Amino acid sequence: MTWFWEFVSDPANWSGPSGIPARLLEHLTYSGVSLLLAAAIALPLGLLIGHTGRGGIVALVAANAARALPTLGLLVLVILLIGYGVAPVLIPLVVLAIPPILVNTYAGLRGVDADLRDAARGMGLRGPQVLFRVSIPVALPLILLGLRLAAIQVVSTATVAAFVGLGGLGRFIVDGLATKQYPSTAGGAVLVALLALLVQGIFTVLQRVIVSPGVSGRVPVGKAG
Amino acid sequence: MDEPLVRWDWIARNAGTIGGLLGDHMVMSLVPVVVALLVAVPLGLLCSRWRWLYQPTVGVTNVVYSLPSLAVFSLLIPITGLAEPGTVIVPLTFYSLAVLLPSVVDGLAAVPESVRQSATAMGFGPLRRLVQVELPIAVPVVLAGTRVAAVSSISLVSIGSLIGRGGLGYLFIDGWQRTFPTPIVVGIVLTVLLAVLADGVIIFAQRVLTPWSRARSAA
Repeated sequence: MTWFWEFVSDPANWSGPSGIPARLLEHLTYSGVSLLLAAAIALPLGLLIGHTGRGGIVALVAANAARALPTLGLLVLVILLIGYGVAPVLIPLVVLAIPPILVNTYAGLRGVDADLRDAARGMGLRGPQVLFRVSIPVALPLILLGLRLAAIQVVSTATVAAFVGLGGLGRFIVDGLATKQYPSTAGGAVLVALLALLVQGIFTVLQRVIVSPGVSGRVPVGKAG
Repeated sequence: MDEPLVRWDWIARNAGTIGGLLGDHMVMSLVPVVVALLVAVPLGLLCSRWRWLYQPTVGVTNVVYSLPSLAVFSLLIPITGLAEPGTVIVPLTFYSLAVLLPSVVDGLAAVPESVRQSATAMGFGPLRRLVQVELPIAVPVVLAGTRVAAVSSISLVSIGSLIGRGGLGYLFIDGWQRTFPTPIVVGIVLTVLLAVLADGVIIFAQRVLTPWSRARSAA
C-alpha cells in the first residue's frame, strides 16, 4: 500500500486542474450526464415495450448486440469521425448504459403478475394508471438493478476517456502507465474502484428507501405464492 | 476526414496479424468464462445446500464485479506482469463468476420440490438426482447467465490493450495513434461478430442439452 500512500500524500495531487478533486469532478460529470441521457432513452422505451409487450424481441436482440460493442473502439472511432471533445466521449458511454436499463426495465414489467394487472383493471384503473401505480412499483427492484448496473459500468468505463486525452480519474491510470509512475496508476485505480463501490452502496440504500416494503419482502404480505 | 472508413486493401495485407489478434482475443475472453463455469457449479451447489453461504458469497462477488476492469488490470501488473494475458484473464474470470454464481443458485432453486421428491421416490440417490434431474433443469438459467458472461467478457478484453494486451483492442490503439479508422472498424466488427458467434454456440448448446423444451413446444 506504500504506493497508494505516496500518491494521496503528494500535495501536488490535490490542487489545480490535474488534482484529484478536479479529476473526480470531471469523472462524475461524464458519468452522470451519460447515465441521465441513457436513462432518458432507455427507461421510457423499456416501459413502453414492457407494458405493451410489442417489439420486445427486436429491442432485446439489439440491446444484446450493443452489449458486445467495445467502448474503447467506439470512443476512438467516434472521435476520429466527428472530432475531439466531451460530447463524443458521452456517445459510447450512453451506448454502454442503455442495454442494462432497457433489458431490466422490460424484464421487470414483463415479470409483473398478470393477475395483479387484471385486479388493478378490475378496480377501475386505466392503462397508464395500471402502469404507474401497479406495474412500475412492482417492477422497481429490477428497474433499479438495471440503473445500478449501468451506473457502475459507466463509472468504470469513463476511465477510458483519458486514453483520448480527456480528463477524469482515468488520467492518473493512463499517465502513470505512459510515464512508468506506478503510484499514479495504482492510486487512480483505487480511486475509481472506491467510486464504483460508492455507487453500488448508494443504489443499495436507494433500493431500501424507495422500493415498497411489500414488494421487497421486508414485510410479509400474506401467503407467498 | 478524407480517409475512407474502411480500406479493404489494408485488411487484405494485414489478414495474418488480424487473425492472430482474433485468436488472442478468443483465448483471453473465453478461458475466463469456461473456468468461471467450472468454479460456479460446485460453488453454487454449496450455496444452495447451505443457504447461509449464499449472501456473503454473492456480496463478495458483487463487490468484485463493481471493480472497474482497467483499475484491476493496473493493480495486477506487479503480480501477473505488464502485457501478459494473465493480467486480463484473472479479473475476467472473477467478473464471469460474479454473473454465473447467482445463475447456478437461481437455476437450482427453480427445480420444483415435487420433482425433487419424485426423483427420491423413484429411488434416486442424492448424487444421481443432482446429475440427472436437478442440473438438467437448471441448464436454461445457467446458460442465460453464461451468455451475459461471454458477451461482456468478449467486450471487456479490448480494455486490456491499455495495459498492452487486449487482443483486438490493439487495433483501436493502432488506429487511434495513426488517425486511421480502418483497424478500428475491423476491431469493432470482429468483436461484435465474435460475441454473436459465442452467443449462437451457447444457444445451440442449450437446445442440445434440453431436448424436452423443444419436444414440448413442438407438441
